[in-house]
Amino acid sequence: MNFTWSDASYYLPEAVILFAAFGAIITDLVFKGRANHGFVLAKVIGGLLIAGTLCIMRPPVGEHMIFGQMMVVDSLSHFFRLMFIGITLVAVLFSYSSREIMGRDRENKGEYYALLMFLCFGMMAMASAVDLVMLMLSIELVSLTSYILAGYARYSLRSSEAAMKYVLWGAVSSGLMLFGMSILYGLTGATGYAEIGAALRDSTGNELALLVSVLFIMAGIGYKISAVPFHFWTPDVYEGAPTPVTAMFAAGPKAAGFALMIRFFYTVFVTEGLVALEWIQWPWILAILAAVTMTWGNLAAMKQENVKRLLAYSSIAHVGYLLMGFVLLSVSGLQAILFYLIIYAIMTLGSFLIVIALNNRLPSEDLSGYRGLGFREPLIGVAMFIFLISLVGLPPTAGFVAKLYLFTAVIEAGMWWLALIAVLNSVISLYYYMRIIRAMYFEKGPEGAGGLGLARMHLALIILLVVPTIVFGLAWGPVKEFADKGMGVLVG
Amino acid sequence: MLGLANGSESTLLTWMTFVPVIGAVLISLLPAKARNLHRWVALGTAAIPMLLSIRLIMEFDRDTTDLQFWTQVPWISSFNIEYFVGIDGISVLMVLLTVFLSFLCIIASWNINKATKGYFALFLLLEAGMLGVFIALDFFLFYVFWEIMLLPMYFLIGIWGGPRKEYAAIKFFLYTLAGSVLMLLVMIAFYLNVQDPATGGHTFNLLHMMNQANHGTWMLNPDVRHLLFMGLFIGFAIKVPIVPFHTWLPDAHVEAPTAVSVILAGVLLKMGAYGILRICYPILPDAAKWFALPLAILGVINIIYGAFCALGQTDMKKLVAYSSVSHMGFVLLGMAVFNEAGITGAVLQMFNHGTITAMMFLMVGVIYDRAHHREIAGFGGLGLQMPVYTSVFSLALFAALGLPGLSGFVGEALVFIGAFEVYRVVTIISVFGIVLGAAYVLWMLQRVFLGPLNEKYDKLPDISPRELASVLPIAVVVVVFGVYPAPLINLIKTSLLNLIAQIPG
Repeated sequence: MNFTWSDASYYLPEAVILFAAFGAIITDLVFKGRANHGFVLAKVIGGLLIAGTLCIMRPPVGEHMIFGQMMVVDSLSHFFRLMFIGITLVAVLFSYSSREIMGRDRENKGEYYALLMFLCFGMMAMASAVDLVMLMLSIELVSLTSYILAGYARYSLRSSEAAMKYVLWGAVSSGLMLFGMSILYGLTGATGYAEIGAALRDSTGNELALLVSVLFIMAGIGYKISAVPFHFWTPDVYEGAPTPVTAMFAAGPKAAGFALMIRFFYTVFVTEGLVALEWIQWPWILAILAAVTMTWGNLAAMKQENVKRLLAYSSIAHVGYLLMGFVLLSVSGLQAILFYLIIYAIMTLGSFLIVIALNNRLPSEDLSGYRGLGFREPLIGVAMFIFLISLVGLPPTAGFVAKLYLFTAVIEAGMWWLALIAVLNSVISLYYYMRIIRAMYFEKGPEGAGGLGLARMHLALIILLVVPTIVFGLAWGPVKEFADKGMGVLVG
Repeated sequence: MLGLANGSESTLLTWMTFVPVIGAVLISLLPAKARNLHRWVALGTAAIPMLLSIRLIMEFDRDTTDLQFWTQVPWISSFNIEYFVGIDGISVLMVLLTVFLSFLCIIASWNINKATKGYFALFLLLEAGMLGVFIALDFFLFYVFWEIMLLPMYFLIGIWGGPRKEYAAIKFFLYTLAGSVLMLLVMIAFYLNVQDPATGGHTFNLLHMMNQANHGTWMLNPDVRHLLFMGLFIGFAIKVPIVPFHTWLPDAHVEAPTAVSVILAGVLLKMGAYGILRICYPILPDAAKWFALPLAILGVINIIYGAFCALGQTDMKKLVAYSSVSHMGFVLLGMAVFNEAGITGAVLQMFNHGTITAMMFLMVGVIYDRAHHREIAGFGGLGLQMPVYTSVFSLALFAALGLPGLSGFVGEALVFIGAFEVYRVVTIISVFGIVLGAAYVLWMLQRVFLGPLNEKYDKLPDISPRELASVLPIAVVVVVFGVYPAPLINLIKTSLLNLIAQIPG
């Protein structure tokens, strides 16, 4: 393993994030929790902005292996770096005014931000790992911080329950994945993706062992992105975790899971021209997985009364849509996934942000509490509607365009039945998303109730997320180009 | 083959479509309490497209099949999407109908007092969406407008509607979306399999799609073409609505506020038929031929089934709603026979049904505002109590049953003339629809306006000047084009003849 200082220069954004995370902890220690909340916030945001600027100023040229072939800096990691920094930035900002996180008895506010930053760091590592060891490390980093964040509301029973469930599921799935990787290592004698791919191309070895290994790794990834049937933890964790954390979970680690999946399967199985296991109809298996995931998520969401839980199931459904792009490992499909991930992050963060803003004032996230809110808080109502129709995939929102690219990729591949199932799922999803709108607009709220007096920061952030949801639905050229560039290196 | 008329490039249609959007934004910026201001701004905004449409009628070239008043600019070039609009004889009547009815509906909505800001802003957005559908010549643009129109409609039914508004609103939304997602799939298939002759790439341009030479090999397979046709057709059939996809209609029409029912029946239903004429027929003419007989049979089912349902209704608005199902059947029948009389009759019937049903819904709205119910059995003898109202409503009802001299007759007569040549039996059965139509119309007339007056209603005031203002212009249209339909026929004839010329014999 050789390490050179020139490698580090490629790793500056991550270093800045780490630095900011430790900065937040140290601030807490030095000031013994009496530090000005704003000071910590400024530090973290500063770190994120600097990291983002560094990324933008030094777009990767070609493929650059760093840290002894453990990680790669290429267009794909560049894409995900920027995306995770953006998501974390939004999450930090909306946690700032959230009473769930920053409310009662919370003395060390810095540690929360530090955890978010570690999560961001871990996700960035997941997106750039090209070695099984680094892959496992990054996944564990993301998982461990996630467990703590899920249980962050320490006086809330359901938050603790969420953390517990998350740990149990996470541990099992990590174990499975690790087992799969160890078999892969046994078969090929290598841990780097490229070497594994090369070894498998030369000799397929024991096909059964390879199959078991691939299945176990897929199960681990399936858990991370919460694809059916590995999704059971999702609704409970999403409902129990503090809402800002839930928003982060829905947008961030899921995208990181897809990053990992694209990189692993694409480098190991496609670019090296692998012939092993060709007798298995992978496209069919993945397509069925996608169809089952979206259908299950949507059907389960129909009956939910808790908005957070409803959005949790909807996020499962969206994983199903995303998986469609993965079916044939075609370039246009993977590009569509990247594009969808950006749009999905915007609209999911937006809809959860509204739940966060309302949670500061409402006793619970039950649908019944949302009655009449459209008239009491016009901005919230309109914004929620825009986010939701974007999640359904109706024009003129970005969600429509994102879906359109996915459908086009699927139809181009000739998988008509999958496209048909997907569009029918959109119709199902309309029903439950509109239940929220129905409560907000069509049902009468409490008599004489006025505005809620929501935090200014939240309103500003909502506007900040609504604007791209509409604008990218009408002029998405540059965003699509950005996403397409993300696949640049892999496809040559 | 359709082309673009030389020297007819114009931003007129764009202005007509987007002025209502500007008006909607303007209204949403006004203070919530300024109700009258909302109304006047909405009225002023809706007047502009109507005034602009006068220029449209003056300058519209009746002798060309080419698209006029077109605008073509790239929108998203990486996905080959264009902002491409224009009209020809198929769409011109629909554009006129839309601006005309929207304007009158604003007048008819004057008594809306709940959240006027939202109501009028959404109404103007709805107008923009509808106009957009009728002028779009890029499939993507068409789809976007088609969907955009649903959003304000959902709220207009859901917030300002009757007792079962939530149910009606989501039902309407779900049904229409279910149809349009099928259209989406076909749209993508077209996109991938039609070649832009200039660049060789994919295209959403409807004119390129209409040129059979641009179709890829996959799309030349007849089975594929039939499937694509069916996908589009179901999407449009839900909107028309064709039995058995019609069940959203009575709910939505009954629960919606008066002006919204007018738009639903007057314009939205036409979109389905328009979509078939604009997209299904020219792009897949052979599939259209293949589907002609089923379409004619569906038309007859609509006519007879809708009429029987109307006959059984006790609620006036529901009766009018089912009469729409019946009348749209004539449109389908006319479209199924590819001759001049049939297709001209179908498009005329689209226009005439739009105006006549609008009148009927407005009139039902007038009585509902006074009596707060619409039960036919609850009235009686209103003829003496409200003479002006009775005469206007009667005019609408007579037009609906197809009395010669009123516009409803012209379209239906042409449809029958055209259809009789091709499908004798089917046409003979459908003529019974006229008899049934007369039955439900006259029976309602008798129960509501004749006989002894229900004493509860001896104080009911007659129709007010504002209400009259919203309906009289339609009445004039109904009478004038009933007596002399030639101007309308001249507008549409050239394009329609060209359309049926493409259907293989």
